[in-house]
Amino acid sequence: MTTAPQAPKPAAPAAGGNRATMKKELPEHFKAYRHVWVFIEYEHGKIHPVSLELLGEGRKLADKLQVELAGVIIGEKADELAAAAQECFEYGADLCYRVYDPILAHYRNQSFTKAMTDVVNTYKPEIFLLGATTLGRDLAGSVATTLLTGLTADCTELAIDDERSLAATRPTFGGSLLCTIHTLNFRPQMATVRPRVFGLPDRQPGRTGRVIDHPLDMTEESIITKVLKFIPDRESNQCQLAFADIVVAGGLGLRSAENFHLVKNLAEVLGAEYGGSRPLVQKGWITADRQIGQTGKTIRPKVYIAAGISGAIQHRVGVEGADLIIAINTDPNAPIYDFAHVGLIADATQVLPALTEAFAKHLSVNRIAG
Amino acid sequence: MHIVVCIKQVPDSAQIRVHPVTNTIMRQGVPTIINPYDLVVLEEALRLRDNYGGTVTVLTMGPPMAEDSLRKCLTFGADRAVLLTDRFFAGSDTLATSYALTAAIRKISETWGKPDIVFAGKQTIDGDTAQVGPGIASRLNLQQLTYVSKINGVVSDKNQIEVERRAEGGIQVLVSTMPVLVTMIEGSNEMRRGTMAAALAAAKAEIVTWSAADAGVEDMTKCGLRGSPTVVKKVFAPAARSEKAFQLPVAGKPAEEIAALLLEDLFQRKPAIEDELMKFASGQ
Repeated sequence: MTTAPQAPKPAAPAAGGNRATMKKELPEHFKAYRHVWVFIEYEHGKIHPVSLELLGEGRKLADKLQVELAGVIIGEKADELAAAAQECFEYGADLCYRVYDPILAHYRNQSFTKAMTDVVNTYKPEIFLLGATTLGRDLAGSVATTLLTGLTADCTELAIDDERSLAATRPTFGGSLLCTIHTLNFRPQMATVRPRVFGLPDRQPGRTGRVIDHPLDMTEESIITKVLKFIPDRESNQCQLAFADIVVAGGLGLRSAENFHLVKNLAEVLGAEYGGSRPLVQKGWITADRQIGQTGKTIRPKVYIAAGISGAIQHRVGVEGADLIIAINTDPNAPIYDFAHVGLIADATQVLPALTEAFAKHLSVNRIAG
Repeated sequence: MHIVVCIKQVPDSAQIRVHPVTNTIMRQGVPTIINPYDLVVLEEALRLRDNYGGTVTVLTMGPPMAEDSLRKCLTFGADRAVLLTDRFFAGSDTLATSYALTAAIRKISETWGKPDIVFAGKQTIDGDTAQVGPGIASRLNLQQLTYVSKINGVVSDKNQIEVERRAEGGIQVLVSTMPVLVTMIEGSNEMRRGTMAAALAAAKAEIVTWSAADAGVEDMTKCGLRGSPTVVKKVFAPAARSEKAFQLPVAGKPAEEIAALLLEDLFQRKPAIEDELMKFASGQ
């Protein structure tokens, strides 16, 4: 990803524009790179959902390129990983590369980077996708730097262009515009995608594939960082924003930190999760784990109610997967009305309590009637 | 202990505006700030120095005006500041950026001693990639400790460091051997304020300024646009949905009526939601 220009440049934002037209043939040694890969994040006995979402998207890319889709799965026990590989086949993978070793029981950057780069250098994928989780981001940066190839973070759209090249689209300039990035002359083309940007593909029970083992040529003594312990989050502390069916969120249109409870009250009546836009985190009105948008959580609820949120691109890309977006904003020209389905040009601080009451009443009346 | 902190001067993204017609960034008048995530690690570096002794060197790559951000870091209490600036760096992606910063850190190492800890912000608010820190760690062969929420302690004579790291679904407690690269999550600590006296001293302090050649960058083809494997092919604003939002007729109506309108509209569009809500309500 090209970072925002470091030195004064003419005519921003044409970052790299002059090179975009530069067409060079892919160097000979990269031509052997084929197939689409997804890193399968397997921890604490389960596959992270983002890996399955990426198998769905990777399948589309592989079909377009007419190549195979492979998962790479790294961990401690062969049998556990075999079961996980079977799950990958049912979600669209044709094969899985498996690296298992007691050393790999816990994620550590050094051991996972070694496992990953060895498999890439041996089997040479053209496209390699990872989930933009804390683990995926930690690993992707190391692997890309070790391989000296391009890496595009937090993509919101992946496509194949006319020249078989990966076109990775992501928000840029603090989420105010989108850009499409290519890794022209290097392989693999690497990209990360945040959880919930893509939906879960349909599972095809019984679909099979091949497992290819690759050894980890490493000893515990050579790994410098040791895991002393792992303290799991308490279930109640984890906010389930990303997977909630209904989400209510607030923005600066609420005008004060005190007014944020209006969002929480409505969420409570609906059994919904609540969150907010980035400025609210910066102002300290909500904690970072409640942030919705490009740099926070991406959500795919059935109903999303955005109260007093203007709808900057960085917010938009985090909520566009919602089935129904209801926006409440006093500004009829707010960008949120470009992608919301239903709009209420009104003051959120007045509408929210009225909505809370109306829902509460409707639900209690119907409950008694029912 | 010698600590190097990598920072970046970024446009204040909250104030970025996009020209509605040309879809270009309107940079004029957008103030620059130190990337907020960098302040989290700078504060941590200053605390470690205050507790264990040593010096803090702040490093940035950027245009000459990035000097302002470095002076701010000196005001906060950093011991020295290095500006890496050269037109060859223009257009660097994260791989080219980590290459240039690595050269500068090697030079810092030769000049003022090997760093025990290199800090970088978790990510920047303009690029948001979180890739430069890991890039530096890989290139310098440092142990990589990202998303750290707390540094539990440092045992200097054994070169040991213990940290708590935000992992998926929990906290990893890690012990590692320095030199390490550390990035930290927000909320770990809050930046101290500099004193007026410190600000005055910082205004007059020397900012060490290095070109690519000064920093000992060996291969110019690995810098800037030429050294960047990723290429931005197009920058654009997303299209509006073909249909704009359906506006409920709310003008001039009291909040209660607006709420009633929305409920009716919602249950008409999504009958299943009403059933689900009923189920939820009766389950309570």
